[in-house]
This record gives sequence, C-alpha cells and structure tokens, in this order.
Amino acid sequence: MTASATAPFGVPSSGSRRTGRVREALLALAMLAPSIVILVTFVLYPLGRAVWLGRQRCDAQARNCRTNGWGQYLDIAQSAEFQHALWVTVKFALLTVPAGVALGLGLAVLADKHLRGVRFFRTVFSSTVATSVAVASLMWLFLLQPSRGVLANIDWLNSMFPVMKRPGLLNDPGTALTSVAVSSIWANLGFTFIVVTAGLQSIPRELHESAYVDGASPWRRFTDVTVPMLSPTLVFVAVVLTSRAFQAYGEIDLLTNGGPTPQDSTTTLTYLVYGSSSVARSDAGLQSGVAVLLFLVLLVLSAVQLRGLGRRVHYGN
Amino acid sequence: MATVRLESLTKMFDGVTAVDGVTLDIADREFMVLLGPSGCGKSTLLRMIAGLEAPTSGTVSIGGVAVNDVEPKERDVAMVFQSYALYPHKTVRANIEFPLKVRKVPKAERAAAAEQAAAALGLGDLLNRKPGQLSGGQRQRVALARAIVRQPAVFCMDEPLSNLDAKLRSETRAELVALHRRLSSTFVYVTHDQVEAMTMGTRVAVMHSGRIEQVGTPAEVYARPASVFVAGFIGTPPMNVLPAGLAEGPDDERGFQVGIRPEHVVIDDTAPLRGTVTLVEQLGHEVLVYCQVGDTRIVVRHAADGVSGVDAGDEVGLRLPAEHRHHFDPGTGRRFDPGTGRRVER
Repeated sequence: MTASATAPFGVPSSGSRRTGRVREALLALAMLAPSIVILVTFVLYPLGRAVWLGRQRCDAQARNCRTNGWGQYLDIAQSAEFQHALWVTVKFALLTVPAGVALGLGLAVLADKHLRGVRFFRTVFSSTVATSVAVASLMWLFLLQPSRGVLANIDWLNSMFPVMKRPGLLNDPGTALTSVAVSSIWANLGFTFIVVTAGLQSIPRELHESAYVDGASPWRRFTDVTVPMLSPTLVFVAVVLTSRAFQAYGEIDLLTNGGPTPQDSTTTLTYLVYGSSSVARSDAGLQSGVAVLLFLVLLVLSAVQLRGLGRRVHYGN
Repeated sequence: MATVRLESLTKMFDGVTAVDGVTLDIADREFMVLLGPSGCGKSTLLRMIAGLEAPTSGTVSIGGVAVNDVEPKERDVAMVFQSYALYPHKTVRANIEFPLKVRKVPKAERAAAAEQAAAALGLGDLLNRKPGQLSGGQRQRVALARAIVRQPAVFCMDEPLSNLDAKLRSETRAELVALHRRLSSTFVYVTHDQVEAMTMGTRVAVMHSGRIEQVGTPAEVYARPASVFVAGFIGTPPMNVLPAGLAEGPDDERGFQVGIRPEHVVIDDTAPLRGTVTLVEQLGHEVLVYCQVGDTRIVVRHAADGVSGVDAGDEVGLRLPAEHRHHFDPGTGRRFDPGTGRRVER
C-alpha cells in the first residue's frame, strides 16, 4: 500500500477501501470460477435447455424443432401416457421404498448383534452396493426367465405359482412391476444396510442399557430407543430410495423393456423419457417435457417427505 | 431396600480378567462406594450387580436371593450412567415416566409419580423440555429422577458426577447424600474420585486390578490403609511411602516400607533424615513442601503459618513421628502392624 493511499494513523482512505473490495471480489470470483464453470456447463445449461426444449416438438436428435409453447407441459401432464407412467412410478416407489427401508433396517438390527460370524453376514448384506444395476438385473433375469430361469424351473414353485413358468413373472402384466421392484429392493439393500448400520452404531450403548435395566422388552427398546434415534437416518434413506425409485431405469430396460405390452405395466416416468420402446423416444421435446415434469414431481415429493417426516424426526440431542 | 452380596465374583473378557474373585457384603440402606483408578474393574462390578454383565463365576445376591440368572428388570435395581443416558427425543416427563411406562403402570399413576420425583429434585418447571435444552446439572437430576421414580431397592450409579464442573459436583455430592438419607435405599456408587468416596460413602471399597484392596469407612481407609496401593490412592497429596531402610526405627520395623501422611511429617533440623527441598507450593491455607531424599520424594503439609523460611534448594531435617507411621510388607504391599506382628488381610 502506498503512502498516498493511507490516511493518517494507518487508517485506509475510502478510495483504497473500495479498491481493496474490488480486488477481493475479483479474487473470490477467480477462485470460484472452476466451480461456476462446472455448475453452469453440466447443471444449469442442461436444465435450462431441457426446460426450453420441453415446450417444443423436435426429432430424436433435438433438431427441426417447432415451438408448441408452455402449454405443451400441460398437454404432457394431461396425456394418458404421462399419467399412466406417473401411476406406475408411484406404485413402483410404494413397492420398493417401505419394503426397502424395512428390510434394510431389519437386517442392520440383526447384524448389529455381537455374535460369532456376524462379520460374514455384514459383508453379504452390504455386497449389493458393489453390484451394478446391469449385473443385478441380469442376475434376476437368470432367476426369473421362464425357459431357463433357476426359480422358474423349480417344480414345486411352478406348481404353486404357475405364472412363474407361463408366461413368466416378468411377462405377466400383474406380476411384472412387483418382480422388477423385488430386483430393485435387492439392489438397493446394500446401500440401506450400510447407512442404517452406521446410524445404529452412533446410538449410545447406554441408552439401550438404561432401557434394559428399566425393564423395557427388546421390542420396546426397538420402538422407543432404536427407531427414534435412527429417525434422521431412516428419513434420509427413504428420501434417497424414493428418488431412486422415481429414476429407476436400468432394471426396467433390462428386465421388462417397459412392458409387458400393451399395458406398459412397467413404463415409469424415466422409462417414458429414455426407454427404447417409449412413445416419447422419437421426440426430444416430449422427452424433455416429461423429464422436467419428473424433476418437479421429485422436488415436491422430497420437500413433502422432509417436511412431513421431519416433524417426527429427532436431530441431535 | 435390600442387601447386596457378592461372592467370589469373577468376570473375564476374552481371557482378560476384569474382576477377580471379589467378595463384598453391602448392607441394607448402605451407601457403598466402589473406588479405584480407571480399568480397576469397579464399573464391571457395578454392571454385574445391575445385570448388564453376566459373571464368569461367582454369585450376585440381592435381598438374599441369587440373581445371576435374573433379568435386570426383575432385580429391582435402577442405574444412573455417567452420560446420564437420557432419551434425547423424549421430554423430561417422558424420560422420568419411562421405567413406569414399560412396567405398564396406569397413565395417571405414573404422571403423579413422575411429578413427585421431579419435584423432589427441583425439576418441576422443566417437565416439558427435552434433555438437549437442559444444563449438565439439570440432566443429571433428570437421570436421578428417572432412577428414583420406581423406588428401586438398589441404586447403581456409575460415575454420575464426572461430567459436571467442580462447583456443581460439590453441590450435587451433598444432594446425593441427602437423597440417600431420604430414600433409605441401598446405594452402590462407582467413582475414581476419592473426594466423592470420602464425602459420600458410608463405606468405601478400594479396588485395584480387579480385586478389592480394602473395605472400610472413609475414616478407616484413610487412617489405616491396608496396602501401599490404598495408601497411595487415598489422600491429596497421597501418603509418603519410604523404601525399607530409609527411615530410622525400632528393630521390628526394619525391612518394612514406612508410610506417613504429609500432614504428619515435621520439618525439624535436628532430625537425622535429611532431604533437599525441591518445590514449595503455597495453597493459601496450607503449604506443601516437596523434599527429595535420595530417590524418594517426601511431601510435607503444613498450615500456611507453620513453615517459614523454607525455600527450594534448602536442606532440611524430616522427622517421622513413630505414632503416625504405617508399615507395609515390601513383597506383598500389605499393611503390617509391628506391635501385633499381624499382616492385614483383604
């Protein structure tokens, strides 16, 4: 700092203060620039482009577009295809999320005991986290496929559930969505198990011991200590699983292709956007419109979940 | 109200002995303090009484009944933990009511009992708060209220004052003693703090390496420590223990370690035992003079006006009056009374 820029007794003059602030702002901008570039390039621009495309009809490569106006969003939302896909998505979420949370919680509580060999089970229970959707789906295909599937060719299972062989669980409109949901629950179980296990281990041991000395049964300790103390973890898992259910694509594409047709029993919103046999496949504008509506649905749903469940959640002490 | 009897109680964890053949009788309505350093097995012993740990061998009896195979809830025992173990998601009222709720006590009855317990501990205005909104002292009182609400026969307390600041700790000590008198229950209290043990216990069991070194009233444990360990653990500063042969004495004292409390050592220039002053600590009401005699440090405690002109570097004479000397077997560390020729057993 020069002598002329400094007022008596070392107090900076107003001019030098302004220069300092500008310099500081420029420095901050320079340091933030890499993040801003990444955010704009990979999030904001694609989002804006999708919102813009959603009001147009184009070809599959997003060329030759003609504007339909913002009303196209309303048209999409009111279309039978969108409403059907939304309903399928909601059903898929209802099948996968509560069951996924309950199973993950149950297994984590079982594996939280200090028993011999429990490490082996912890490894097994968490292993699906390292399994890709493609591998998990192929595995379930090998199990359920009617002609060569392992489960589909067990005689006593066949006699109990003839649908397993003819037409096959993945080919029957009544069982296809549930079958895909089961594979999805299985694939997500590792994630749920690991997160809930971490949550369980953060509960102070004394809380359980105190309840035990006070005479609480194991069930009472579970409902009065474990579940409330785990509530932030469970809400987190529920929100993530819901988001995953609404974005499920790989297992549907690999197991059912959105079918069986003509009911499109497993055509969820994400499949409607990307699916190889989706009606929106050939129109990038419609795809974007559905994607934007899916984004809005998820946004509202997550907010509702966090606000609704959040009231019952205990965060910290 | 109940007696607690521990017979040859042993607890091993993965081959490591935490409690080693402890036998202890705790009388009805007694305030028994289990005192010892970290890792001496005192908390494990308490947890076996409460039913949180199963003994490897030996018997725990409460009210004359062996309870080794009895669930904690059937033992009529309440426990207060060092961390208080309050349920953070429940209000103070719900915390206090919890032991009654799990025992299916009718709602009105348990509400009345919770309010009574809360009032007894000055928590009446805090019933609708959550533990996170309370101070450390208030949380500690909620933990106590939760313990007293079902009027158990035995209270087990595991270092309940450790998380409080010094001032609050000393206030709460007095409150706990008053509570013990009011409830007329048996208290088993674990601490590593000798001040808590000396001020609260009707008797103190000093533990070391999983075993009980000595059981007695605070005055007995202080005045006649049964071992070098007890002598060194009780008292601030602890008893000076001189190796055999350092202090002059009659023939039957020879070969024994000599212990003497700092307040009984006299600085006397005519005394044959000579030491060099290494530090003089002024504590206001008293002075601690640290002297080095060969490899042994001897601490002298004097009233502030009793010592003058002694400074670090000075050579002084140290007199160890015979009537205040304690003798310990250098091999076993146990107390030996030369007059009787008797070694003190545990």
